[in-house]
Amino acid sequence: MLTAEDKKLVQQVWGKVCGAEEEIGADALWRMFHSYPATKTYFPHFDTTKCSDQIHGHGKKVMAALTNAVKNIDNLRQALSELSNLHAYNLRVDPPCFSLQFLSLCLQVTLATRLGKDYTPETHSALDKFMSAVATTLAEKYR
Amino acid sequence: MVHWTAEEKQLITSVWGKVDVAECGAEALARLLIVYPWTQRFFDNFGNLSSATAIVGNPKVRAHGKKVLTSFGDAIKNLDNLKGTYSKLSELHCEKLHVDPENFRLLGDILIIVLAAHFGKDFTPTCQATWQKLVGVVAHALARNYH
Repeated sequence: MLTAEDKKLVQQVWGKVCGAEEEIGADALWRMFHSYPATKTYFPHFDTTKCSDQIHGHGKKVMAALTNAVKNIDNLRQALSELSNLHAYNLRVDPPCFSLQFLSLCLQVTLATRLGKDYTPETHSALDKFMSAVATTLAEKYR
Repeated sequence: MVHWTAEEKQLITSVWGKVDVAECGAEALARLLIVYPWTQRFFDNFGNLSSATAIVGNPKVRAHGKKVLTSFGDAIKNLDNLKGTYSKLSELHCEKLHVDPENFRLLGDILIIVLAAHFGKDFTPTCQATWQKLVGVVAHALARNYH
């Protein structure tokens, strides 16, 4: 469960990366495709041989959704409602080993490379919990 | 047997060469206990684990973190025989320590993040993928003798 402190830390991180969302989103996706090639199966229409325009575009989209989630951190269910429908009924991204856990790790790696020491254990914990909450919310409508 | 390309071996050893095993090990274990607090169940006799600050400063955590990462170094020296290298440790984690192998994956992920924070942009996607593979095979080797 996200504590008030966790929420503050997540919002702080987002404040620090404001303006670099596309770069961060693209880097996270690119890392995910590199480390977990199976995740590419959801993007057969993408050029995943390099950090393509498509990956940049999608990274920006993903980060915009996460930014919205951060802004509405007290009501993730509502903020992510449409995306939850999309992931459950259209995209059908595998929920049990929900690829989101791989995206969560890669996003954290991207943030850690940028923030260095500022990616403290407390921040790490808060981000991990936040991404977990996002994944759970997105998977709610699966069945 | 796991196949490692020359590039992968190079990426592993070049990163490892710059790692302060004591510091990095301490940090990785501390983060495991902070980010995934249920893992504290294995360390009842470690004293004060009541807060992130307590965990980070705990001398037993630091010492054990160093031990764990030193063992990781053994894996790196024996990339072509991880099974043999970790055979006894695998038995130990199963029979004496009773650690759910899922925790090895968690620690592996934590280590990746610690390396990322430490190396910044030098921890490239290719580097991450190689290390992701390494932590995965180490976790697998540790789980291998479970019964």
